Amino acid sequence: MKIWTCIVCGFVYDEAKGLPEDGIAPGTRWADIPADWACPDCGVAKADFEMQETPAA
Amino acid sequence: MTPIVIAGSGLAGLAVAREFRRLDAATPVVVVTADDGVSYSKPMLSNALAAGRTAAQLASADAVQVAAQLGIELRPWTRIAAIDRDARLLRLATGTLAYGRLVLALGADPRRPVLAGDGADAVLTVNDLAGYAVFRAALAGARRVAILGAGLIGCEFANDLAATGLGVDVVDIAPHPLGRLLPPRAAAALRQALDATGVAWHLGRTPRAVHRRADGHRLIVELDHGPAIETDLVLSAIGLAPRIALAAAAGLATGRGIRTDRLLRSSDPAIFALGDCAEVEGLSLPFVMPLMTCARALARTLAGTPTPVAYPAMPVVVKTPALPVVVSPPPAAAQGAWQEDDTADGIAARFVGADDTLHGFALVGAAAVARKAALAREVPAWL
Ligand SMILES: Cc1cc2nc3c(=O)[nH]c(=O)nc-3n(C[C@H](O)[C@H](O)[C@H](O)COP(=O)(O)OP(=O)(O)OC[C@H]3O[C@@H](n4cnc5c(N)ncnc54)[C@H](O)[C@@H]3O)c2cc1C
Ligand SMILES: [Zn+2]
Repeated sequence: MKIWTCIVCGFVYDEAKGLPEDGIAPGTRWADIPADWACPDCGVAKADFEMQETPAA
Repeated sequence: MTPIVIAGSGLAGLAVAREFRRLDAATPVVVVTADDGVSYSKPMLSNALAAGRTAAQLASADAVQVAAQLGIELRPWTRIAAIDRDARLLRLATGTLAYGRLVLALGADPRRPVLAGDGADAVLTVNDLAGYAVFRAALAGARRVAILGAGLIGCEFANDLAATGLGVDVVDIAPHPLGRLLPPRAAAALRQALDATGVAWHLGRTPRAVHRRADGHRLIVELDHGPAIETDLVLSAIGLAPRIALAAAAGLATGRGIRTDRLLRSSDPAIFALGDCAEVEGLSLPFVMPLMTCARALARTLAGTPTPVAYPAMPVVVKTPALPVVVSPPPAAAQGAWQEDDTADGIAARFVGADDTLHGFALVGAAAVARKAALAREVPAWL
């Protein structure tokens, strides 16, 4: 499980936690998030969601 | 083929270029920009100090890399002097550039406070990466910073500066921080949380002058009443003025921003606008989510599928780690009243109309902020 960080706004997506309020179940891998998904905080599209891979703490 | 010309290489200009390229690989795209063309995240400027990040570390790609990544031509250090709409060309210092369609993504200027005193010219603003570099360099040796403006950007900088151990004074004419966005109790909670980080407030006051001094702290900020502030650096964050001068001089309709319809079309059908410089159907929203939404719609329109932009309610995340805040301001015309409820660690405020419609909300503290997505779905679309 990995943690990804939006480089525009700093939003963190933790694969282990998912985003249940956005309909993304815990454990959903980044690769499995739909292509039209956008950052819930700043709206950057997934395709150019310049995510940095962050080691899980 | 006459290119699509995009004026400005901020988040808005580059997002249009990127989204358009995804749909059309052939039409030439030229981005003309007055700055260095470096791609960076502007929102990060107000939480980069505590994270120890330099301007160079915030730059994600330079002009050459951006052009290569996006498959466009990018002309840095190229200021547009005028738009000649009849000839469909831009006047630059070094000549002219013809456009088929023109996209204005010119951003906004920070408003400058009117101040007397020999230190008025020392007041800094941070509205781009270059401004952040100057600010960070000026912080060397500083122990205190005074911030003019307790709005979103002022509060974010206050939190960030305090977190680095600096003494912070914040001045605003309003009685509360984020006074235009938060109802009173929510604002009070934010104020207390920032108090605890060492922020000193000078609310209900107007700065009159900044004086230089020879000893002790470097500057003195004189207020309309109350004790003067001794500080080393003054940062102004009193608001933005959309850059409309080029458009207005070319005879385009302007209001607060460059006026557009839902196709992001100005009063000249060959010229479009988005981002901080634009006023879309009367809405001027200087945030990332609206501009990304516009960029996606505009790219489709430019690629041949006219696509009106739709705005859901777009809550703004305020980057104050001392107390997280999310606001979805009620539309200006909405009738209703704030209802503020306590949560485990803050306040959940809802702006509710007579018919029980949720027009907006303000969430303060982690427990309230967790309700953002659910509440946002309840708010009627903005456009
Ligand atoms: C400190 C700070 C923190 C912020 N935090 C957040 C946040 O957390 N969330 C959020 O949603 N929003 C935030 N914002 C707002 C957000 O960053 C802006 O809405 C967004 O970056 C605006 O992008 P833009 O492309 O419209 O404008 P800009 O980034 O200002 O770009 C304008 C471009 O136009 C060019 N230009 C201007 N005039 C000319 C000319 N005559 N000729 C050629 N080129 C020209 C400039 O060089 C520049 O490249 C923040 C803003 C600031 C300042
Ligand atoms: Zn984001």
